[in-house]
Amino acid sequence: MWKTIRRWFDPAELRSVGEPPDYRFSLANERTFLAWLRTGLALVGGGLAAAQFLPPLPMSHLREVIAVALLLLGAAVAIRAVDHWARTERAIRLGQELPASRFPAILALAVGVGALLLVVAVLMRAVGGP
Amino acid sequence: MSTGRDPGLQPERTRLAWRRTLLTVTVVTALAVRLASTGDPTGALIAGGTVLVWGALLVLCWPRGTGTGPARTGGRTLPLVTVGTVVLALLGVLLVLRGLW
Repeated sequence: MWKTIRRWFDPAELRSVGEPPDYRFSLANERTFLAWLRTGLALVGGGLAAAQFLPPLPMSHLREVIAVALLLLGAAVAIRAVDHWARTERAIRLGQELPASRFPAILALAVGVGALLLVVAVLMRAVGGP
Repeated sequence: MSTGRDPGLQPERTRLAWRRTLLTVTVVTALAVRLASTGDPTGALIAGGTVLVWGALLVLCWPRGTGTGPARTGGRTLPLVTVGTVVLALLGVLLVLRGLW
């Protein structure tokens, strides 16, 4: 794990692998990284917004739980973004197939399930509470 | 004219992506400072940390979003902006939990 992390911070090591690719591929890979990073930042922003703009919810501390979950999810997306960028760059330089990933599917499911739970919470409040 | 390459556009698109990212960082920082401003001195401390991280990310992202000609790719900037994002998220967690104890 530490070796992987050290690799992210070592551009010289990455450049020593394989052939220098067409710069367009590197730029596209970098833009994909940035798009994922913005996705992570949006989740972080969503967590910060939830903490200050959500009204009190039927369960105690549910608002804080939602906020912290979004914040941690955002951090995970950012870390996964740089890992995927490094592995893709390596694959491009070595002429290998691009790394496959289940992460987008898992993230989509997590966001979908979270949204459904919130719909339930909102309906419960509308039906049951004042 | 079709050369099969687009030497100008790819670096330009990448620069704009860096600018969008910096803009997003700025919005997140503003939200964090707003959340921190409701309360105690701990909040002010965390808000200060958030602004410091924003400054670091500004210094990192700005050169990648400006200029003309061939864009630099890769490098240490990418893992460093990731670290900045993770620190922003953790400071956010502190801000949320601060109200609970």
